[in-house]
Amino acid sequence: MRDVAIIGIGLTKFGERWDCGLKELMVEAGIAAIRDANLNSKDIEMIYGGTMASGRFVGQEHTAALMADQLGLHNIPAVRIENACASGGTALREGFMAVASGMHDIVAVGGVEKMTDVTSGEAATALGGAGDQEWELFQGITFPGLYALIAKRHMHDYGTTEEQLAAVAVKNHHNATMNKYAQFNKEISVGEVMKSKVVADPLKLLDCSPISDGAAVVILAPLETAKKYNDTPIKISASAQASDTLRLADRDSLVELKATKIAAAKAFAMAKTSPSAIGAAEVHDCFTIAEILAMEDLGFYKKGTAAKAVEDGETAIGGRIAINTSGGLKGCGHPVGATGVKQAVEIATQLRGEAGGRQVNGIEKGLTHNVGGSGATAVVHIFERYN
Amino acid sequence: MLYGIVGYGVYFPVYRIKVEEIASVWHEDAGSIKKGLNITEKTVPAIDEDAATIAVEAARRAVSHAGIDAGEIGAVYCGSESHPYAVKPTSTVVATAIGAGNNVMAADLEFACKAGTAGMQIAMGLAKSGMIRYGLAVGSDTSQGRPGDALEYTASAGGGAYVIGGGKDEVIAEITHTLSFTSDTPDFWRREGASFPSHGGRFTGEPGYFKHIIGATKRLFEVTGMEASDFDYAVFHQPNGKFPINVAARLGFDMKKIENGLVTPMIGNTYSGSSMIGLAATLDIAKPGEKILVTSFGSGAGSDSFAIEVTENIEKNRGRSVKVRDLIEKRKIYVNYSTYLKNRSSIRKK
Amino acid sequence: MERSSANLWRKINSRYNLVGCKCQNCGTLYFPSRVVCRKCGRDSKITEAKFSGNGVISSYTNIRVPPDSFKDEAPYTIAIVKLDEGPSVEGHVVESGGEVKIGSRVRAVFRKMYVEGDEGLIYYHYKFELV
Repeated sequence: MRDVAIIGIGLTKFGERWDCGLKELMVEAGIAAIRDANLNSKDIEMIYGGTMASGRFVGQEHTAALMADQLGLHNIPAVRIENACASGGTALREGFMAVASGMHDIVAVGGVEKMTDVTSGEAATALGGAGDQEWELFQGITFPGLYALIAKRHMHDYGTTEEQLAAVAVKNHHNATMNKYAQFNKEISVGEVMKSKVVADPLKLLDCSPISDGAAVVILAPLETAKKYNDTPIKISASAQASDTLRLADRDSLVELKATKIAAAKAFAMAKTSPSAIGAAEVHDCFTIAEILAMEDLGFYKKGTAAKAVEDGETAIGGRIAINTSGGLKGCGHPVGATGVKQAVEIATQLRGEAGGRQVNGIEKGLTHNVGGSGATAVVHIFERYN
Repeated sequence: MLYGIVGYGVYFPVYRIKVEEIASVWHEDAGSIKKGLNITEKTVPAIDEDAATIAVEAARRAVSHAGIDAGEIGAVYCGSESHPYAVKPTSTVVATAIGAGNNVMAADLEFACKAGTAGMQIAMGLAKSGMIRYGLAVGSDTSQGRPGDALEYTASAGGGAYVIGGGKDEVIAEITHTLSFTSDTPDFWRREGASFPSHGGRFTGEPGYFKHIIGATKRLFEVTGMEASDFDYAVFHQPNGKFPINVAARLGFDMKKIENGLVTPMIGNTYSGSSMIGLAATLDIAKPGEKILVTSFGSGAGSDSFAIEVTENIEKNRGRSVKVRDLIEKRKIYVNYSTYLKNRSSIRKK
Repeated sequence: MERSSANLWRKINSRYNLVGCKCQNCGTLYFPSRVVCRKCGRDSKITEAKFSGNGVISSYTNIRVPPDSFKDEAPYTIAIVKLDEGPSVEGHVVESGGEVKIGSRVRAVFRKMYVEGDEGLIYYHYKFELV
C-alpha cells in the first residue's frame, strides 16, 4: 500500500447560498482545489463525490458524474458516496484507498450538499433518513431528538450540564469568526444559547448545527510524488471507519458512539500515534453533545470529563487540544455531504500553517472525525505534515 | 349451559373539560346547565385518540379480564357513530390489536348510541348457536357536538368492551334474556360527510329516548315475567345525568338501583360506550345472584334491553381489570376550550 | 410523508402489538424483528416473540420542533424504553405531563401515530404511558 497525500484543497463559503445550485457549489470548490494543486482538469483520473440527500433536497441523483461533467473532467470514472452525514469522510476514505492501492494516482474527493431549496421541515425529514426510517422517523423522532436522548442520558450519568453543552457552541462560534468560509460570523454567549428556542430538550436551537449549502474538495496523490504538485503536501497517515446499528435504541450504550471508538482505535494504530500527539481535531459536532461524545470516544478525554474541559477552555485554540478550529459543524455550517471533506480541508490548512487568526501553533498532527446518523457510521482520518 | 358476559373492560381518556369552561366561551350560565343536564364535566380525547384506539384499549382490558386466549375469539363487532374511517372497519383494527388472528367474523355497527349493545346481542346469538366460542362486542366513541350546541356539554369520549360466550365456569354474568324495541324516529342524525350531528331538540326526549327505553324494558318485563322489584340494579343509556333518573323512576326503579351505573355526570355521554360503561360500573360492585337490567338507546331509534344475572364466577375475575370508579377518579387532566378544539382536530396548523 | 399502504400493513402486528422475534439458537430477543440474529449470523433460528410492553425509561426528550407530519402533535415526549424482556425500543410517552424521568416505569398503549391529511390513512401504533 502506498502512502497518500493531499495536494490540493478547495472550499466554498458555507451558508445560505441563494446564488448557487448544486452544480455551482461543486464547481466553486472543485476549481479552487484543482488550482491549489497546480493541476489541470485532465490530470484527474477519478472522482469520488459525497452527497447525502440531493434527491430529497434538489431532486438530483447521480451527483458524482454530474460533478465530473461540471468540472470538465471528461469521461473519468465518478462514484457517488452516500453515508448520511459521513458521506464526505467516507468519500475521502474511498479516494485514499484508490490511491493507496495503486489503482489511480490523482484522485479528486468532493462533498456537496444544497439544503436551502427546501423548507426546514422537508430538510428535517430528509436528514431523518439517516436514522432508522421504519422505527425512528416513522414515530416523528427527529435528529435533534435522537441526540437529545443521548444528551439526557449523558447528563444523567455524568452530571453534564446544559451550560457545558452551550460552551461547545460558544467556542465553535468564536472559531468561526476567524474563518472566512464559515456560515456564522458572530460570537454567541452561553446565556444566548440557554435562552434560544428548545428544539428537543435539553438541546436548543443554538446547540444545533444549521442547515447549510456548501461544497469541499481535496485532491489526493501518492505521497512520493506529491511534492511535484505542491510544496506543502499533507500526509494522510490513517483512514479508518466503523459502523453500528442505525437504530439508537439498539445500542449497548447511549453515552458513547461505539463506531467512533472502533474507528479511532484503528486509526491511531494505523498512524502509529496516540490522542496526545494530535494538535487539532475537527470532530462531528452536529449537536453540542456530539462534540462531547467525540472528545471522549476519540480518546482525548476520559468518559464523563469532556464537558468540563470545554467549559475550562482546554479545547480552545491555544488550549490542550484545539477542537473544531474551523468553527465545526456548528459555527462553520453543515452541508451534510460536504462536511467530512471540509474537515480534511481545515486540518490540511492548519498543518500547512495557513489558518491565519485561528492557526494552532506547533501543530504536527491533526485528526478528522465524521459521523453518519446518530452514530451508525464513524470515519476517522489522521493527517501529518510532510517535510 | 349459561351464556353471557365472560369479561369486560372500559376505557376513557384522562382529559376533562368542565361545563364552566365551555359555558364561558358562549356566555352561558354554567350553573343552570349543570343543574339542567346533571353533568359537571366530560372526557376529551387526546389528539392521538379516536374510536378505534379507545375500542382497542377497552377490548384489551376485556380480554385480560376474561382471562381467555384472544385467538379463541370468533367474532368482533365494533359499534360507534364516530368510526375513524367511513370505509375501512374499526373491527379489523381491534381484532388485530388484540391478537384475535384471522379466523374472525367482524363488522362495524352504527346505531347512534346503541351500536355497542347491538354487538352484544349479535355475539350472544352467535355464541348461543355454537357458531363461535367467544364474541367481542365493543362500543366506543369520540362523539361530536357542534360548537355552541347543547350537545357540546355532554358529547364525550370513551368505550366499553364485552367478551360474550358460554360455559358455567366462565360466564360471570348470565344474559338471561335480551330483546329490542325499534322504530323509524328522526330524533338525531348525521349525514354522510357532515362533521356534526343534527337533532330535533326537545323532540329527542319523549318520542325518542323515553318511548324506546320504556318500550323495550316493558316488553322485557312481559316476556320474562319480571318486574322492577326483581332487579337489584338498572342501567339506562345516559345522554345526560337527568334522563336516566327520570326513566328509572317511570319504570319503578329507585335511585339506589341506578346510582352505581350512572357515570355521565362525571364523564359525559360516551355514546356507544354509555350504557356499556354504566353496566361495567355496576358489575364492578355486583355480587353473585344479583340481577341487573340494562336498556340502551340509540337515536333513529331503538333500545336493546338485557336481563342479566351475576354468577359466582364474577369473584374469580375481580382485580384483573381496573374499576370504572377508579378510572373516573384516578387521573384527570383538565383542558381549556382551545386545547379541547385542538385535540378534536377542529383547529390545525397549516 | 406519504407512505404506501403496503408500508403500513407490512409491520402492522409489530406496530400494534410489539411483536418482535427470538433467536431459538441463542435465546436473544429482538424488537423490531430481524431476519438474522446479531450473535448467531447464519446459524440464526428466528421465531416470532411478543413483548409485554412493560419497561423502564432509559432516556427521554420532549420534541418541540417536529417533522411536518407531526406538527399538530408537538410538543411530544419520546423515550427509549428498556422492555422487561430485554430489548430497548423508542416510543412516544403519552400524557407525560412533565413527569417522565429516567427510571420511570411505563406500559404500552394503543394510539394514533399520525394521520395522512383528511383523506389518507390513519397510522395506529404502540406508544407508552407512565404506570
